[in-house]
Amino acid sequence: MSMRLRLWVLAAGMLGTATLFVLACVELPVFGGTWHPYGDRAVHAALARHTANTIASVNFDQRALDTLGEESILFGSVLGTVVLLRQTRDEQRLPPEPARVAPPVRRYALIALPVTLLIGLYVVAHGQLSPGGGFQGGVVVATSLHLLYIAIDYRALERIRPVGLYEVADAAGEAGYLLLGAAALLTGAAFLTNFLPYGTFNTLSSGGTVPLLNAAIGVEVAAGIVVLLARFLDQAVEIVSGPDDEAEDGT
Amino acid sequence: MAESVPVLIGLVLVAIAGTGAVLVRDPVRQSFVLSLLGLALAALFLLLQAPDVALSQLAVGSALTPLMVLLSVRKVRRKARSERREEHE
Repeated sequence: MSMRLRLWVLAAGMLGTATLFVLACVELPVFGGTWHPYGDRAVHAALARHTANTIASVNFDQRALDTLGEESILFGSVLGTVVLLRQTRDEQRLPPEPARVAPPVRRYALIALPVTLLIGLYVVAHGQLSPGGGFQGGVVVATSLHLLYIAIDYRALERIRPVGLYEVADAAGEAGYLLLGAAALLTGAAFLTNFLPYGTFNTLSSGGTVPLLNAAIGVEVAAGIVVLLARFLDQAVEIVSGPDDEAEDGT
Repeated sequence: MAESVPVLIGLVLVAIAGTGAVLVRDPVRQSFVLSLLGLALAALFLLLQAPDVALSQLAVGSALTPLMVLLSVRKVRRKARSERREEHE
């Protein structure tokens, strides 16, 4: 394709996008106004199903299929990373040297670790009540484990991080979401319908399937991010493409 | 008008951090600017009353993505160094 033709294709695409964007925007409510047609309906539906956090209700109840797609994107990306960053035949694994950590850093990281872990689990468990949920809490949980790398060293992190188990947990979280959706089919409702009793408003057990879906996402995201970072850290810290091998071959 | 001032400040901060992330060419420095951009975006989301999104943005945009960029840069540089050494030999 010549440069000229490419520019024409680009111009046509941009013009189309601009037209659609303008058409989509003309009838939108004014920014910062008091008229919220979508918001009012979403809040009404959330309250009817006893979910205090409307965002959680939209994500895991009213539009749970969208969230399934988003979760699957993360699952697929982690899978792709695992395949791409695996150890190849011409690479070898060198155990990292134990690093010296300044005492204040070690103290701070060791205090912050349990606190961060607890906050992560809290955010997952309270997804239906307050801002946050499975994704946000899962990321915080995954981050908290890596404080051990900062506090002690890479070998300490590896000891609490059997990557194989986390890969299983990642798949189990993804499967849990699908199975919860399929469980609705058994009751005669549609896929991913909220079929459990709604519970008392503003308590931990409210929202029907919302807290369970949140937990499934929490497991999937926490395990997925641990696996993702494990592959990146392995490549950066442990795996070297073997110049030593070739030196030993004695050319 | 007065109530939209914080949002405007947030937008300006995001614009500055975003422009910075494009203009900085060194990947290591870029990852730090990216982290600042994540922080500015998280603040903007918070001002727009979207704490759920702000929380994800804070975790992913200002911690996870820059870390992954840094680890990749380290790996690539290490590889380049060992390849240079081989050529030298």
